[in-house]
Amino acid sequence: MILTIAGRELRSLFLSPLAWNLLAVMQFILAWLFLVQMENFTRLQSRLLRLENAPGLTDLIVVPLLGNVAIITLLLIPLLSMRLISEELRSGTFSLLCSAPISIYQIVLGKYLGLLAMLGVILSMGAVMALSLLSGGELDLGRLAAGLLGLGLVLAAAAAIGLYLSTLSPQPVVAAVGSYGLLLFLWLINLAAGAEGKGSALFAWMAMPTHFDRLLSGLVRSSDLIYFLLIIGLCLILSVHRLDALRTRP
Amino acid sequence: MEPLIKTEGLYRYYGNYCAVRNLGLELYPGEVLGLLGPNGAGKSSTLRMLAGNLAPSAGQIWLNGVDLQSDPIQAKRALGYLPENPPLYPELTVDEYLRYCARLHRISGAAVDEAVSDARGRCGLDEVGQRLIGNLSKGYQQRVGIAQAIVHNPMVVILDEPTVGLDPVQIREIRSLICNLGRERGVILSTHILPEVQAICSRVLILHQGEQAYAASLKQGVRPAGGCFLVRLTQAPELAAIMAMPGICSAESLAQGRYRLQTKKDLIASQLAEQLVQAGWGLEEFAPEQPGLEQIFVRITTGEQSG
Repeated sequence: MILTIAGRELRSLFLSPLAWNLLAVMQFILAWLFLVQMENFTRLQSRLLRLENAPGLTDLIVVPLLGNVAIITLLLIPLLSMRLISEELRSGTFSLLCSAPISIYQIVLGKYLGLLAMLGVILSMGAVMALSLLSGGELDLGRLAAGLLGLGLVLAAAAAIGLYLSTLSPQPVVAAVGSYGLLLFLWLINLAAGAEGKGSALFAWMAMPTHFDRLLSGLVRSSDLIYFLLIIGLCLILSVHRLDALRTRP
Repeated sequence: MEPLIKTEGLYRYYGNYCAVRNLGLELYPGEVLGLLGPNGAGKSSTLRMLAGNLAPSAGQIWLNGVDLQSDPIQAKRALGYLPENPPLYPELTVDEYLRYCARLHRISGAAVDEAVSDARGRCGLDEVGQRLIGNLSKGYQQRVGIAQAIVHNPMVVILDEPTVGLDPVQIREIRSLICNLGRERGVILSTHILPEVQAICSRVLILHQGEQAYAASLKQGVRPAGGCFLVRLTQAPELAAIMAMPGICSAESLAQGRYRLQTKKDLIASQLAEQLVQAGWGLEEFAPEQPGLEQIFVRITTGEQSG
């Protein structure tokens, strides 16, 4: 049942030009940034050879690449997530789901999985680009895996936030603006952490980059994983509650 | 016999505004129940509550014997619902959409295609199966909406203004479809169109300001008491002469020798016709009239407001 909803979501996404457009633009910009990093690397290569313990391909190309994927996708996620529920509320198709023998958590999970599948495509685009370096060099595959895990978690958390905000309004644009606001806030909140003294630990903990950077550097800590899972779980539970309340509230 | 829909003391408030007030209704298999009422009478709110799209402020709903509030998933298995605006995805084709609806209603893999082609055939959608819903005309979209409500063969079918936007031929087809559904299942529909109710419903319920204002079975026809006939007499006799005949309650003179006659209960149509012929007034037209519903509707929706 969840998969039926997710499948429909994905299908509608790819039937519209939106998904293809986003993927094309994304791929173009990533390829550009990737090539720039490559260029830098080949320029530095001779100097790197002289260093002991020099940073390799993984440090200089893969990690910045994954960071770029994260930032660009964060900019795109609100555009993908804004329609998830609000479009159904606006066009009245939500009543189809309401009168079918499925529970609200199945609706929410179905929608979420549909979006995750789309983000999976983006993630694999980045991964393939990084893996293409294997043809001419060596990679720290463990670190790449940690980085991809981090990237996946960032995208999944952002998708959950987008999903929740799209339950709040029947206007997709309102949902998009809200998600942009919240995502940027979570991304930039650690700027305050740098400036302040003591209270900053909380801000640093709340910021996504704190946890993402650790994963990118190859450090997989359960506390970082829990941070992302908390965001995902919280947003999904809030979405279920919100949709349930829509039936009862005037 | 167990009712397919049963409600008790149903209330729905929007803020302080009470849209549905203390509504109790029952729908049995083999019935088509028409929900009538002026705009804002609470028809759609009632249907949305029955379909589980709106939680009642108070009261209980049982669908096919299952409590909708405590076990919504089990209760909704018996339900097919067409809302006021058909819930369509314009980017899907008719077949894709119906297949999706069938799966949502837990029809398993192998049976989906059969269910879809059956619903498509019953709603006259066979030629447009491959077309995008967004490109269909309003009438076809409405039919897709109805197909969606019956694709899983539900015991209870709830239709909110099913014939809106259809042409006369389509209206006839959909009405006969509804009559067929009403043979073994229960159908509840809302409409503004009085002749529609008389054509397809076995029972009618008139809502006014959220309350049940009138309920009657239409199988015997709605007549205040006795019958009402429209006749045309070439001789154009005096009203008093007609009134003098036995069994006539009231007579009303319309234009061009036409009269509307109210008869007492015990006077049947053939007797009345015989009397009129014997009186030698030149009987030209003789039509039993079924005015009841419209008169009742107008009386309820306008009379009570002024009174």
